[in-house]
Amino acid sequence: MRGRDARVGILFAMPWIMGFLIFMAYPLVASLVTSFTNFSILRPPSFIGIDNYKELFHDQVFYKSLGNTLLYVLGAVPLTTVAAIALALLLNTKVKGMSFYRTMFFLPTLVPMVALGTLFLWVFNGDYGLLKAGFAKVHMSSPNWLGDPAWSKWTLILISMWGCGQAMVIYLAGLQDVPVSLYEAAELDGAKAWAKTKNVTLPMISPVILFNVVMGIIGALQIFAVPYIMFPNGAPARSAYFYAMYLYDNAFQYQRMGYASAMGWVLFLITLTLTLIALKLSNKHVHYESN
Amino acid sequence: MKPVSQSHKRNRQMQTMITHIALVTLSVLFVVPLAWMISTSLKPITETLSNPPRWIPSHVLWSNYPDAVKYGSKELGYIPFLVYARNTIIITVLSVGGAVLSNSIVAYSFARLKWPGRDLFFGITLATMMVPFPVVMVPTFALFKYLGWIGTFKPLWVPAFFASAFSIFLLRQFYRTIPMELSEAAKIDGCSELRIFTDVIVPLSRPALMVVALFTFMGSWNDFLGPMIYLVDQNTFTLSLGLQAYQSQHGGTPFNLLMAASCLVILPVVIVFFLAQKVFIQGIATSGLK
Repeated sequence: MRGRDARVGILFAMPWIMGFLIFMAYPLVASLVTSFTNFSILRPPSFIGIDNYKELFHDQVFYKSLGNTLLYVLGAVPLTTVAAIALALLLNTKVKGMSFYRTMFFLPTLVPMVALGTLFLWVFNGDYGLLKAGFAKVHMSSPNWLGDPAWSKWTLILISMWGCGQAMVIYLAGLQDVPVSLYEAAELDGAKAWAKTKNVTLPMISPVILFNVVMGIIGALQIFAVPYIMFPNGAPARSAYFYAMYLYDNAFQYQRMGYASAMGWVLFLITLTLTLIALKLSNKHVHYESN
Repeated sequence: MKPVSQSHKRNRQMQTMITHIALVTLSVLFVVPLAWMISTSLKPITETLSNPPRWIPSHVLWSNYPDAVKYGSKELGYIPFLVYARNTIIITVLSVGGAVLSNSIVAYSFARLKWPGRDLFFGITLATMMVPFPVVMVPTFALFKYLGWIGTFKPLWVPAFFASAFSIFLLRQFYRTIPMELSEAAKIDGCSELRIFTDVIVPLSRPALMVVALFTFMGSWNDFLGPMIYLVDQNTFTLSLGLQAYQSQHGGTPFNLLMAASCLVILPVVIVFFLAQKVFIQGIATSGLK
């Protein structure tokens, strides 16, 4: 009877077992193997040892795209995290019209990347952009958001904040779970709004914050579509050329699949490292309920 | 005592007002670009570049919409917007169907069936969420190439039938909140696991299944990188890929038409979200997304 139960269980899990093997385990191993070869889709791969990794080590464009990407992660993840938590806290005050506001904040996350990119090209345009006009209204000159290498990444970081709705919804769900009794106890102790937020709310939703931050880092490391549309080839001066763009170009423009695979594995290791750092740093601060 | 409680009340009112002001300001900030998009989509081309920007078109040009759909010229060819739309619908419907079907069954196995190695494999499954797509991009492409699927829709929807870590996680958390007694009672009545799944669990899990469907719908409808890698021929392109044609192919971008086309692409997503909003939020609140 037990053997039968196990068979049923595995049978039900079969789609994912196969999906895991075909679309995750195999490609992971295959890309590791490919990273040690010289492989274009036209020619069969030939083994070249660690040459790809050696070349990466000296590749200026690789460093440029990696630096851009890390800066983007450092800017976008904290910004969207703070924005999403702040919005969720505001919405959680049970004001009237909450579902309306919630929709307003969530709406931008529904916009396809291409539409988003073109729309923001338009908003940030240096000649007739909406933002330039806004700056002119308050008698300030607008930075050259798209054309100045010093600004292009900040433009993208600002745009990232526009997509914080998804994380906000998740925080909002987490906030519903904070026991009211804790707030009541804090109020009895005379805690003000900020003290309640700091000592009750944030510790109670800290696992949610950790989850969102980790997913945010992983997502931000892969940024592709919006810069691809807004900053063709990462122009100006490759200031908006990101890791995934360079990887894509290597794989599909230059037909250097082995090199692209090596880049992929380096990205994987970076992702793991950053995730571990996030987990480590959060160790003391994340509070898990003890049940 | 009275003055204290009154000042307390005034304090409360003050707080509520500040909250409202903050919320209104922020939601304006969030909606301005979208409003700008809609406004631009209804302008004549001459007003799209006006400086200072013009919010209300001098006359509302609804004809931008039909013009965007059949944009192009005899010499350079037309942008097959309706073909893009059909392609996108086919891929999205298949993906959503596949994702709901596969993830609901797999998550059931992880949440409510016992088999050796289950928890270990679930841990591995969660860990796969950390694998960035670019890492597996090349071998996955090579695999589809070997299968002869490049240029077809198959690479874009077949994987949906093999479940995904995120959806499994989400549904598993939800299934675990359903009392085990329900399954045991059904078992005593002689139901098979499949019957318990279809007749007991699925009807109770609609909100969570809806969340999976919506996330898959949004992901598939808005996907850019996937279609860019796997699709070759113009006539197989999806909407999000095809929108680019308004920018690149025909020289000077007709912004009003581009925005009209963008509005048309967004519209289905917004409609689906509005219809499903309540279930969607409820589903997130009661499932594992926290």
